[in-house]
Amino acid sequence: MLTIPVEIQILFAGILFFLGLIGLLVRRNMIFMLMSIEIMFNSAGLVFIIAGTHWQQPDGQVMFIFILAVTAVEVAIALALILQVYHHFKTLDADAVNNLKD
Amino acid sequence: MDIFFYIAAVVAVISTIMAISGRNAIHSLLYLILSLLAISVVFYLLSAPFIAALEVIIYAGAIMVLFIFVTMMLNIGLEREAEKKWMKPKMWIIPSILASILLINLILALKHVQPITINKEAIQPKQVGISLFSTYLLAVEIAAILLMAGVIGAYHLGSQKKKVKHRFLEIK
Repeated sequence: MLTIPVEIQILFAGILFFLGLIGLLVRRNMIFMLMSIEIMFNSAGLVFIIAGTHWQQPDGQVMFIFILAVTAVEVAIALALILQVYHHFKTLDADAVNNLKD
Repeated sequence: MDIFFYIAAVVAVISTIMAISGRNAIHSLLYLILSLLAISVVFYLLSAPFIAALEVIIYAGAIMVLFIFVTMMLNIGLEREAEKKWMKPKMWIIPSILASILLINLILALKHVQPITINKEAIQPKQVGISLFSTYLLAVEIAAILLMAGVIGAYHLGSQKKKVKHRFLEIK
């Protein structure tokens, strides 16, 4: 068993979430934005696992399985949308897809 | 035991930074896969071996392959001269070092760790399964509906609309 205090583990998950957030805000390529969302999902699941281990309950792992299912659906839909955007605009720049703005 | 956690955490953070700061999409995806593997080592150390296996199989195995497939289909990962740079050591030396650190870490951790069946405090996959299909049965069915909607939505969005063109109506 780990003897690391749970704050350090939460801090690790927080660092990963923060990196994903930075990637989402900074990058304009849609593939990279989707990857950053994946990183954030994964760190959220990591928090669930840490909490489940901390309280010795299986609920955290159950929640991670649900996150996995949601992530799989999200990735499939988002990649299909990216393919459509690429066919329409011939670019993956998120700033180019602003026809809904005005 | 703790040092293995720290090593895996450092590898995960470094490879995540490389993933979000890379210019080439394929290289960033490889770094992201490495990050997922490091996080699965962390899951194993957190006494969740079932989740560690799921992370490798579904995240690194299925979802990331989907990413790489789309990236290669869109042909954005590589430029014209990229093929010359493929074999440069700069491209693969850092992922290789990080991956070998992770492998050594995992081997040493497996040597030091108690077998998971002896450890009474570890949460067994059996408990997870019982909880999943008793307490959370409704959520499992909702997840099934969500997956169904995902399949239909991805099929609808992914299908190319066939352009119906008559030869007289075609605008030159």
